[in-house]
Amino acid sequence: MLTIKDLAVRFPTRFGDVVAIEDVDMTIAPGEIHGLVGESGAGKSTVGAAVIGLLPAPGFVAQGELTLGDTDLRALDARQAHEIRGDRISMIFQDPQTSLNPLMTVEDQLVETIQAHSDVSYADAHKRAVDLLEEIGIKDAAARVKAYPHQFSGGMRQRVVIALALCTDPELIIADEPTTALDVAVQSQVLDLIRHLADSRKIGFMLITHDIGVIAQVADRVTVMRRGRVVETGQTRQVLGNPQHPYTIGLMDAVPPLDHKIDRFRLPEEESGSPKGADGRDAERWLLEGQAHELTGLEVANLTMKFRGPRTSIWRKPDQFTALDDISLAVRPGRVLGLVGESGSGKSTLAKVLTGLLQPTGGQMQLGGKELPGGRARGRLHPSRQLIQMVFQDPYSSLNSRHRVGYILAEPLWLYGLEKDPDRRRQLVASMIALVGLSPETIDKYPHQFSGGQRQRIAVARALLARPRFLICDEPTSALDVSVQAQVLNLLKDLQAAFGLTILFITHNLSVARQMSDDIAVLRNGKIEEKGPTEDVFNNPAADYTKTLLKLTPVMPGDWR
Amino acid sequence: MMMEFIRRYEGLWLFSRSPAAIVAAIAAILIAVGAAFAPWIAPINPYDLSSFSLFDGLLPPVWQDGGNPAFLLGTDDQGRDMISSILYGARLSLIIGLAAMVIATVMGVGLGLAAGYYGGRFDAIVMRIADIQLALPAILTALLIDGIARGILPPEIQQNLRVTVLTLAIALSLWVNFARTARASTFVQMNKEYVQAAIIMGQRPVRVMFVHILPNILGPLLVIMTVDLASAILLEATLSFLGIGLPADSPSLGTLIRIGMQFLLSGEWWILWIPTLFLVALVVSINILGDFLRDVFNPRLR
Repeated sequence: MLTIKDLAVRFPTRFGDVVAIEDVDMTIAPGEIHGLVGESGAGKSTVGAAVIGLLPAPGFVAQGELTLGDTDLRALDARQAHEIRGDRISMIFQDPQTSLNPLMTVEDQLVETIQAHSDVSYADAHKRAVDLLEEIGIKDAAARVKAYPHQFSGGMRQRVVIALALCTDPELIIADEPTTALDVAVQSQVLDLIRHLADSRKIGFMLITHDIGVIAQVADRVTVMRRGRVVETGQTRQVLGNPQHPYTIGLMDAVPPLDHKIDRFRLPEEESGSPKGADGRDAERWLLEGQAHELTGLEVANLTMKFRGPRTSIWRKPDQFTALDDISLAVRPGRVLGLVGESGSGKSTLAKVLTGLLQPTGGQMQLGGKELPGGRARGRLHPSRQLIQMVFQDPYSSLNSRHRVGYILAEPLWLYGLEKDPDRRRQLVASMIALVGLSPETIDKYPHQFSGGQRQRIAVARALLARPRFLICDEPTSALDVSVQAQVLNLLKDLQAAFGLTILFITHNLSVARQMSDDIAVLRNGKIEEKGPTEDVFNNPAADYTKTLLKLTPVMPGDWR
Repeated sequence: MMMEFIRRYEGLWLFSRSPAAIVAAIAAILIAVGAAFAPWIAPINPYDLSSFSLFDGLLPPVWQDGGNPAFLLGTDDQGRDMISSILYGARLSLIIGLAAMVIATVMGVGLGLAAGYYGGRFDAIVMRIADIQLALPAILTALLIDGIARGILPPEIQQNLRVTVLTLAIALSLWVNFARTARASTFVQMNKEYVQAAIIMGQRPVRVMFVHILPNILGPLLVIMTVDLASAILLEATLSFLGIGLPADSPSLGTLIRIGMQFLLSGEWWILWIPTLFLVALVVSINILGDFLRDVFNPRLR
């Protein structure tokens, strides 16, 4: 149905044309879900945009064939392309929050789209809208159709987006990361829905994603892209289970398995930056010299955090929103505690309370057996400011883009008075840069000159240069590609083993948690559902919630390998 | 070579492709240079009564009948050369505008940063003061400061006080812009993880504000600085036009326009129109540059 042949897209820039994708071949049959995987910048979304004719300016299709049925998509003028869009090709975007108009009811948006593409009366369009919503699994559709997008939950909203894509009965739907913004349970429902639509309505799907698990769960065939080119293509089971191209093999090695724990990720040698280099010895010695004293654990008892909710009346006190509800947990000295939970479960709030950014409503914290004051009570010069360090989620915002890396890294050294001599500081910074596996010229560059994974290494180096005893990693790899994630996780494991750090590892990704942690705590709506040694929790989950999470996380079936 | 250099810097690259910005920059630079070197360029010194003569009064520009080649753009009723008056006037206007803009920047950015950083009660107080300031017209502020200065300062100093009073009054009516922008941008930065990292590490608030946050919010502030420089010049012209600003013996552009108003209907059009067009050219070119900067710093508008 859809045939892409030898497709190339170029973007003219001030440095000349950049080739975004080249030599891309792909076919999608009716009823087929065709997965398109690759890391960021691989050109996946560009393929989708070229097919639907919405390449961001100034990009253009330089050569190749694009045909849908017997229509040559490249030969269309602007008006014809506009008619095809929505009518025969639809699109589902990543973020259901922004792809619906917040000021129009769901009904208005559906009816508007239906009427734009077919000449039907309002009553007919309305009926079709309600039928569609019912088909898509929204209960009581006749009443719900009058609601505004914000009155739906995230998953329901993504269903509405899918209904919107469906309402013109398209042949092809391009789904660009349709479940990335969703939690596991909702993601699995949306994927089931996509599978169901492909089977029952014979719609072809181009499923663009970076998540191998998602592909394994629903895609019939898969195309792996890298740097704008197709690396490998074929039946999903064959490509994922028995990859042929070295890149795909490396990619599959980097995917953290959910069903067992591996020691380290196998990585192609040249790309792994392990702390082996002689340049890193200095920093290694310096860190160990500071580690002479005992391992430091962290205990939290009955921790509660309440926020003021929205005010409903001028006279009444606003209701309180409980973000953390009576949390008690212990991070054993020198061990890693994995804290898992979906968005809104309170994971990051806990990190903020531990670092003193938020004042807890109640409860006690202890670091290494000593009382740890919370919020304002913890002064600027409190020793825990140095002992607790944090690695943040988004490496693009956690480093000040106006400072050079050398300056950023030296900051903890003089701030905590660890090294008085500027030359010694620079020496240590240089050595630390080698220790986290970056090249020596890093020191004089700015953060924006690095990729996400390299920045996360810089962030780890900054944390280490404070000589911490306790490290909080808040989703340190969720903004990174799988292969980079594997590198950063390997680095964290090595450093943890070498320096006996105690780590609180916060993540929403169960597979990553299994690889990284000795103990696990499962958080949901501010309450701890379950805690215990990692292997116990994964092999014999006690709480229903944990069982559901484990069941719904999309993974590649073990017998594919 | 040249193109290579330009390609390296995005701002320069965009600049080289924007004819409006190039024309505006040339106009603004010409005016600024002319104003800065007025004492060396201008044929006469309009502040020095002995350098001009009443006999040369009301001469039209050279291209009109009766024009005198010594006075390219004609003279006013006092016999002052228009070119000289305008250059000296622009000099005063620019000095007052720049000084007011700098004072407003320092004051507004300082208060806005602190309000955004601390939030809560301090933020509320600063922003309410800003709201009150906005409710006072610049003229009222100028009159108020003028009155206070006259009341408390000894008469000897008051002679040279006009420029200072004017500058302060203009600065006071402009700082709110800076404070609001700085506060809003600071709020955004406060949620960025690098700021949280600095706070968690226990860095001093002053350091977090000025070393970490300020460099990251300079973009929008730079835009406001240019746009507000134009506003400051206009405000000064308005105040002078209304007679609250600079007196006729040391005329700024606004004063020149006020003087010219008397000749609006009497045929000596150049006394009014030439300074007016000059002021418009100055303000418009600065505004175009401001718009250009806004585009550079906000890629989404491109």
